[in-house]
Amino acid sequence: MPCPVNGLRAISEFICWGEMRVSPNPDTCTDDEWADYVFNRNGSPGIKREWWCHTPSNTWFIAERDTLEDRVLRTWLPGAEP
Amino acid sequence: MFTTPTELKSEYDVVIIGAGGHGLAAAYYLARDHGITRVAVLEKGYIGGGNTGRNTTIIRSNYLTPEGVKFYDASVNLWQDLSEDLDLNLFYSTRGHFTLAHTDSAVRTMRWRAEVNKHYGVDSELVGPDFIKRACPSIDISCGGHAPILGALYHAPGAIARHDAVAWGYGRGACNRGVEIHQQTAVTGIEVKAGKVTGVHTTRGTIATSKVLCAVAGFTPRVTDMVGIRTPLYIHPLQAMVSEPMKPWLDQIFVSGSLHIYISQSARGELVMGASLDPYEVHSTRSTLDFTETLSAHMLDMFPFLSHVKVNRQWSGMADMTPDFAPIMGMTPVEGFYLDAGWGTWGFKATPVCGKTMAWTVANNQPHELITGFSLDRFRNYSLTGEKGAASVGH
Repeated sequence: MPCPVNGLRAISEFICWGEMRVSPNPDTCTDDEWADYVFNRNGSPGIKREWWCHTPSNTWFIAERDTLEDRVLRTWLPGAEP
Repeated sequence: MFTTPTELKSEYDVVIIGAGGHGLAAAYYLARDHGITRVAVLEKGYIGGGNTGRNTTIIRSNYLTPEGVKFYDASVNLWQDLSEDLDLNLFYSTRGHFTLAHTDSAVRTMRWRAEVNKHYGVDSELVGPDFIKRACPSIDISCGGHAPILGALYHAPGAIARHDAVAWGYGRGACNRGVEIHQQTAVTGIEVKAGKVTGVHTTRGTIATSKVLCAVAGFTPRVTDMVGIRTPLYIHPLQAMVSEPMKPWLDQIFVSGSLHIYISQSARGELVMGASLDPYEVHSTRSTLDFTETLSAHMLDMFPFLSHVKVNRQWSGMADMTPDFAPIMGMTPVEGFYLDAGWGTWGFKATPVCGKTMAWTVANNQPHELITGFSLDRFRNYSLTGEKGAASVGH
């Protein structure tokens, strides 16, 4: 996994925190929308944007990954999308 | 063993997607118990080639929730007569199942599980290190000093069985009663009109049907996408491996949540070993060296004398995980679309009871009483069935 700060490191140094998702506004959304956000996931394979953390340096970043082939396409720090 | 039907008919009463143990068991009980024989089981690969042939074959009912304990215990009862029922030797072998506790909090969970189990009539008790050492003298009870074993949940009916034979037995039984099993037939779409299932598109043509049962484990999200149903399922690989065969020395099944391992010895003498899930989503059955190394290191903590033993094979299956570690079974918002999914790392042992309850559910178009706690609805109502504490290893 190429960490945007530390370069290419062993995958065992990282934790995957799941797909990036946008939270609905809890004050205005319906109960069903909120339950959908809390529980449901995009479970099919595809190219996904995920939160990852390089644990030794506590570097949080975003990885674009093909979950069918287990191939990392690119990574970047939050707010610095190339 | 099977008749291979030459062509797909244009219409069936029920279409089952997935010819694994679960799908074939459902077909068998639909035909045997409900007289529904105009059934097609569609399989994109071959019979039992998915998680039915990739699991570590452990059968037990010492779960944590009342819903789980009753459900899995009904399964164990079916297992015990299944070889006779299917007229095929499944090598069902009662071994005794130890879930080891290395920490005080694990002991507390074991005590909790033992009490729930006993309440529902399941043979399950908390035992100490002496009992474990007597049962299996080869075990290092201190685990090399890293993680001394403080006790275990002992479940005497814990068993293993020959997994392939389960798929073959159910498949043959269903076939003999008129069910058609179509291998090499992938589902490419499901037709839904006005909220009801009307047909299935396959790589070999279109079928009209009003009832579809989806039993495809790690492929479930791809099928639920076809009918527009959202689920909490996420797919992680679960790996396993076997050693070279050796003389029988391990009678029991050992599981350690803290060391993330489980082990039993098969009738062939191979040690069958598994560990926890791979830590991130992958939709393939690739194997990794990381897995072999970590599992072997932990195995040597428990059984140091295995250090010279060679690993023969390793493989992986795609586990469809749920957030509460309980399955998703029954009806869905799409009429005529039934789900048998969320089998994550715990599906093999449930094969008979899943077949039986899903067949009942499909035949009667209402959820069987044993599976009401596993409905997809629970993720809308926040009424989860928390089974994580009874998962074989900490995931």
